[in-house]
Amino acid sequence: MSFPLLTVTAAVPAVGAVVTAAVPAAKRSAAKYTALLFSVATLVLAIVALVRFDPDGDRYQLTESHAWIKDFGLRYDLGVDGIGVTLVALTALLIPFVMLAGWHDADPLEDVNPNRRWRPTQGFFALILLVEAMVVLSFEATDVFLFYIFFEAMLIPMYFLIGGFGDRAHAAGEEEAARQRSYAAVKFLLYNLAGGLIMLAAVIGLYAVTAKQLGQGTFSLQEILAARGSGKLHIETSTERWLFLGFFFAFAVKAPLWPLHTWLPNAMGESTAPVAVLITAVVDKVGTFAMLRYCLQLFPEASKWATPTILVLALIGVIYGALLAVGQRDIKRLIAYASISHFGFIILGIFAMTSQGQSGAALYMINHGISTAALMLVAGFLITRRGSRLIADFGGVQKVAPVLAGTFLIGGLATLSLPGLAPFVSEFLVLVGTFTRYPVIGIVATLGIVLAALYVLVLYQRTMTGPVKAGIEGMSDLKVRELVVVAPLIALLLFLGVYPKPVTDILNPSVKHTLSDVHKTDPKPALEAKK
Amino acid sequence: MSAADKGAAGVGAVHSLWTTAAPVADKIPAPHIEYAQLSPVLIVFGVAMVGILLEAFLPRRSRYTAQLVLSVVGLAAAFAAVVALAEKGYGTTKAHVAAMGAVAVDGPALFLQGTILLVALVAVFTFAERRLDPKAHGNHVDSFAAQGSAVPGGDQEKAAVRAGFTTTEVFPLLLFAVGGMLVFPAANDLLTLFVALEVFSLPLYILCALARRNRLMSQEAAVKYFLLGAFSSAFLLFGIALLYGYSGTVTYGGISSVIDGTAPMTPALADSTGNDALLLIGVAMVAMGLLFKVGAVPFHMWTPDVYQGAPTPVTGFMAAATKVAAFGALLRLLYVVLPGMRWDWRPVMWGVAILTMLVGAIIAVTQTDVKRLLAYSSVAHAGFILAGVIATTPDGVSSVLFYLGAYSFVTLGAFAVVTLVRDASGEATHLSRWAGLGRRSPLVAAVFAVFLLAFAGIPLTSGFAGKFAVFKAAAQGGAMPLVIVGVISSAIAAFFYIRVIVLMFFSEPKPDGPSVAVPSPLTSTAIAIGVAVTLVLGLAPQYFLDLADKAGVFVR
Repeated sequence: MSFPLLTVTAAVPAVGAVVTAAVPAAKRSAAKYTALLFSVATLVLAIVALVRFDPDGDRYQLTESHAWIKDFGLRYDLGVDGIGVTLVALTALLIPFVMLAGWHDADPLEDVNPNRRWRPTQGFFALILLVEAMVVLSFEATDVFLFYIFFEAMLIPMYFLIGGFGDRAHAAGEEEAARQRSYAAVKFLLYNLAGGLIMLAAVIGLYAVTAKQLGQGTFSLQEILAARGSGKLHIETSTERWLFLGFFFAFAVKAPLWPLHTWLPNAMGESTAPVAVLITAVVDKVGTFAMLRYCLQLFPEASKWATPTILVLALIGVIYGALLAVGQRDIKRLIAYASISHFGFIILGIFAMTSQGQSGAALYMINHGISTAALMLVAGFLITRRGSRLIADFGGVQKVAPVLAGTFLIGGLATLSLPGLAPFVSEFLVLVGTFTRYPVIGIVATLGIVLAALYVLVLYQRTMTGPVKAGIEGMSDLKVRELVVVAPLIALLLFLGVYPKPVTDILNPSVKHTLSDVHKTDPKPALEAKK
Repeated sequence: MSAADKGAAGVGAVHSLWTTAAPVADKIPAPHIEYAQLSPVLIVFGVAMVGILLEAFLPRRSRYTAQLVLSVVGLAAAFAAVVALAEKGYGTTKAHVAAMGAVAVDGPALFLQGTILLVALVAVFTFAERRLDPKAHGNHVDSFAAQGSAVPGGDQEKAAVRAGFTTTEVFPLLLFAVGGMLVFPAANDLLTLFVALEVFSLPLYILCALARRNRLMSQEAAVKYFLLGAFSSAFLLFGIALLYGYSGTVTYGGISSVIDGTAPMTPALADSTGNDALLLIGVAMVAMGLLFKVGAVPFHMWTPDVYQGAPTPVTGFMAAATKVAAFGALLRLLYVVLPGMRWDWRPVMWGVAILTMLVGAIIAVTQTDVKRLLAYSSVAHAGFILAGVIATTPDGVSSVLFYLGAYSFVTLGAFAVVTLVRDASGEATHLSRWAGLGRRSPLVAAVFAVFLLAFAGIPLTSGFAGKFAVFKAAAQGGAMPLVIVGVISSAIAAFFYIRVIVLMFFSEPKPDGPSVAVPSPLTSTAIAIGVAVTLVLGLAPQYFLDLADKAGVFVR
């Protein structure tokens, strides 16, 4: 038996979570370094997986397969395709930065600790590691049920991160902040739990269908695809549509797709900047990833049936998110609405069913992760310094803290997809991919880019330029720790903006597989068709 | 098959005795009793009687230890007997009907008896806890009234408290209840069913009335429970009479064969058999009696009051063990007696299940007392289990068995945690008092959160495995709409479980908030077992699912 690389990649942060949680209350910084160490070890493992992954090899690689709960047809099947392995790497990459950025977020406010067993710092870092482990497993699972388990279970640590460690920069006072925070956490959990439970019904339905037709219920992606390929499994059209809707609903809540997005601004606004990054750059990616992997592969016909509706919803999300971002007064909620707009793009790319569109969407997941992380983390530094997250409280920051302002600008420009920065490539691919099949939707979606320029530049102008406002004068520039967080992210944005080939090389074969599953081929180029 | 034949032969004998010219009395054969196969029940009843004798003859100060040791040993011995019977194959190949057709010894019976005994064993630990309340006049006290017969607040009560009396009778009472519960799911004729019901209900009524704190509320709960329980018993008994009228027999196999039309027609039966009115009304009334014990809507009214008023250790035991026993009896009734009229009872049970799931979940949202909250949550869970009952497949039986095992330990653990959170007036069960518990006692709050997440059915806990098992069985049994209602009410239910977690972890602690008592190893063990079972059944349930699978066949 070969080395279970994927299991270990998920097990390291899980063990790290336990170890971190066990560090004594007084040794806070020991806990932090322990957690960081484990997250870096995970990153190393993820890079090893990335290197060992052969883009032109089998569809699923580094596979592991063990029986888990035979009665439920649940198997512990792991394996990654190009998209999965890249997203695992993205997750592993972002976590150390999230931790470094949130280094002091969970320090107790007063040194006098009334209860020596209350260990918020340990809890914060342990929960981050726990989320990492579950996200990694959900990217690696090739068994539908296994995926579901981690998809659902990750809500709990995430919920504690949102509700337990809120933003301290709150205008309305501590009590009101606590109220809003717990509202945001509950909203996050209930939306996602409801989505997950609907999916559970569909998962059970899938089991009932496979059990009836194959004699033995199964959740294994490969088995189901093989059975369908050989004609042994035939899901009736109406059943397939119901099952598709059950799955898609859960993913659309998670992603989030308009109109199921309303939990995201609350959750991102009330949590600390690193946790907000965890939500939007890491956890939400599971939703879009799952659409690509499970919705399209398991239910190709139903996916095609639902495509027009989903495209319209995604398009509304693109425009609506951007419009609301323009109108925000709160920096973090602005970034949240910008993310909703970007998730609209990703879903557009997935359901355009063209190779450019899906490659673009897959690449977009990576790029959005990096660019949002950069922007949000710098915004977090900014907000912590001022003690407020209202745009109106800022002005002229670039005069007092030029490096901070500069990194904020680069993060912002990445968000608006400036050519030369990574997101441009993916957004362009998505738009081209959409345009070749649905020209009208492609054109309208372009509006999203224009609005992105508006909300990013206006945000920059209001906060960074102009006269130095009261409360900004003494603002310090980025510290070494903060630079260590931001610099590599910006370097990556630049690198992938100029030379995305290493990533696209890994992604493209997987996208081709997915497209062939839904029996879609790219439309002929218009000029060629005329000949 | 031989077992069924034997049962039928027994039926014939009884019939001829009552309906045809009766032979002279000296020809009544001595009943043939398979003592070994009934040993779990006999051990428990025997130990309970010894317990009574101890009450009578031992001096007060040594009763507590003696009763505790005796109960634990007795329950453990009974459990060992169940395991031994299962090892010998009585759960599978040698399953048959013992005691002249009165008691079934088969897979479901043994599985449920094992579960009930383990639950009771853990419950004894919580019954015996004496460190939570502050010492009264230098004596350790437990959750039970100093003297059950003393008027609350009266002089006699004060004197009893001062003298350091404790009600050690609770241990034999618990054992009698357990004995009844062991027979209930194994009962193979309606009279045994009724007797078992009364045997386990009466001690529970008394136990409910014995709270040390809030005695009036406790007594009110007991009276309510008793009155409603008496009604339901009356329904059950009336239903039994009607079914006897319909079929001329009270044995399950006999009634079933009359329903199927396979029973030989005797002249005495010809008048009443085929009278479907008797059958339908009788079945409805018997089912009502059982659904009352299960706590299904619309027969759930007693649960919140009784759960709230009863001493918390009793509530935990009752919530867990009664449900196991009653669902066992319901399963046997529906699968052994009534499979022939599945098309009549399924639609009704569909309605009951849907109502139970939704009403339980929705009303729980408005609760402000943690014990009432858990009561309504138990109603919702009864609905989930009913979804598995309705599947009418072997998978359905085994999923229900598994769910009952998983659920009962979560329940026991949760109520054990409730006993720990106390203020000056005893347990602080109002939810607002739980605010900020996570800050004061992270460990206790975390443990309770684990139980709540298991109730909510979050993956990696036993609650999820159980819920998945019953929903899967329901879906395969063609009840997909039930599954959908089930997930919707799970989502509603998640709301109030999560609310408690929010309260514990994200609210500021109140300055005068309750403190968490440090329990003795007894309660700690009970809680630890609850957590361990919750996690083991959540992460690696395969062994137990296999066990439930093997135990999934009823003897006819």
